[in-house]
Amino acid sequence: MNTDMQASPQTMFTETEISKQKRWTENVMRIFFLVMTSLMILPLLLIVGYLLYKALPVLSLEFLFTNPKDNMRAGGLWAPFLGTIYLVVVSLLVSAPIGVFAAVYLNEYARESWFTRITNLAVVNLAGVPSIVHALFGVGAFVLFAGLGESILAASLTLAIMTLPVIIASTTEALKAVPMSFREACWNLGATRWQTIRRIVIPNSISGILTGVILQVSRAAGETAPIMFTGAVFYKNIAEGNLFAYNITEQCMALSLHLFTISTQVPDVTEGVPYGTAVVLVGSVLLVNAAAIVLRVYLRTRKKW
Amino acid sequence: MNPRKALTIGMKTNSQNGSQNTAVIEVTDLKVHYGDKSALNGVSFDVYQNEILGIIGPAQSGKTTLLKVINRTLEFTPDTTVAGSVKLDGEDISTIGDVYGLRRRIGMVQPLPVGLPLSIYDNVAFAPRTAGIRSKSELDEIVERCLQQAALWEEVKDRLSTLGTKLSGGQQQRLTIARALSHQPDILCLDEFSIAVDPITTMRIEDVLKTLQTEMTILLVTNLVQQAKRLANRTAFFLNGDLIEIDTTDIIFSDNPAEQATYDYVNGTFG
Repeated sequence: MNTDMQASPQTMFTETEISKQKRWTENVMRIFFLVMTSLMILPLLLIVGYLLYKALPVLSLEFLFTNPKDNMRAGGLWAPFLGTIYLVVVSLLVSAPIGVFAAVYLNEYARESWFTRITNLAVVNLAGVPSIVHALFGVGAFVLFAGLGESILAASLTLAIMTLPVIIASTTEALKAVPMSFREACWNLGATRWQTIRRIVIPNSISGILTGVILQVSRAAGETAPIMFTGAVFYKNIAEGNLFAYNITEQCMALSLHLFTISTQVPDVTEGVPYGTAVVLVGSVLLVNAAAIVLRVYLRTRKKW
Repeated sequence: MNPRKALTIGMKTNSQNGSQNTAVIEVTDLKVHYGDKSALNGVSFDVYQNEILGIIGPAQSGKTTLLKVINRTLEFTPDTTVAGSVKLDGEDISTIGDVYGLRRRIGMVQPLPVGLPLSIYDNVAFAPRTAGIRSKSELDEIVERCLQQAALWEEVKDRLSTLGTKLSGGQQQRLTIARALSHQPDILCLDEFSIAVDPITTMRIEDVLKTLQTEMTILLVTNLVQQAKRLANRTAFFLNGDLIEIDTTDIIFSDNPAEQATYDYVNGTFG
């Protein structure tokens, strides 16, 4: 090392031009990423804050449990709220088991072949199809061809088709996260594929699987296009406070469509009602997502490796 | 380098060994391909009752593949072809009816310890349970016996319900040995078991293997040449999918094994 470069003794740890520059770059990059993160949070806070501020006058339990009145210019949300619950629950009852079990087959049983390749390709592409296309498919397949008519069932099946590929994809990810060595150890012990899946693979991927499924609740609840031609109506009067007020062979109201209607189609709506509707829609979705996070945290604490 | 030649040498010299020479496993002209790539190019040898057969050779020489063929878990790897025959007690394993029964006759210990994400107790009870044993007392007995055999019982007997994955590496490897013993195998295959284990634990496991030898046949795949020397009755040297030589360990580690490559590998002057 050149010792006569500087008067002061130079050690390996003395700051040099290069290390100064590194430190500076390090700080700049950290701030850059922090700003980007804030830009992401800011609109969310603004949206939620603005909605809550505007909705505050109408928000109450009564708002949730009474039907719209005066040609939807006032009143509550009971019919659309219950309708959305019906649509989400029925669609997930269909798509969750099919999606999860299909993913188990694709990931645990199927060998690489033209069949699995086409299936995986289909899954990826279906996940990217715009919801309005799903809507048209639903009209053709469920409303007309299957003869279900415009009904909760037809709308739910359409939503199920829409959420299915995403559930398959998220379940596959969860299954892949279970180390291959666990499966090999089980096979070496004389376990069948099914015993391996039941005792090791599923118990260790269930949190990821459930999270993937629950996140589809928000998609199913929020979509308007797939349901507006297949089963959702502008207005329907149902018994207030009765959880079984809808029949799945009939049409229903839905929060997303209701919000669209009262914001654009109905004149002179009471100030606050559309905002209240949005708050209920966003709030219930956030509630479900929060439940997913709690569940995931709970199951992760039991994670075993 | 003809594997058949090596085979005859192995058979001839075995009588000097003094142990029984009933063949438990007979491998005949075994060829394995992964896609277009050949992993074993026609190897033939026998494994005798109650011997420890050391299998040495560098990486990519087909040792692990050989073990996977024997318990037929190679079937889980896509795009593999197997030709030739492997017989277990005279029965061709490729036509065996109960493949799960076959796998339970063979205990398999893998290079890195794989504690299943279950309690210590459930790890050992896994195989008996999949085989249909439900009785608590029977399971208790199996768990204790196997953990004793694997020299782990004293360390874990008070915490059988803690997770197997929480044990240290060396303990987990003994747990996998206990698990491999839980289905009472006739044959125990160990694939480089000491790779993630400290030397002291390795010595303890080696002592365990010497004891187990009286009850079962042991195939010991190892990267540690000296480990084969310490433990094996006979040693097989694999290189690039060929069985170069199989003979008593004394001869393999002597100054004049049949093949120069064996001498070079064993003495570290390889290549």
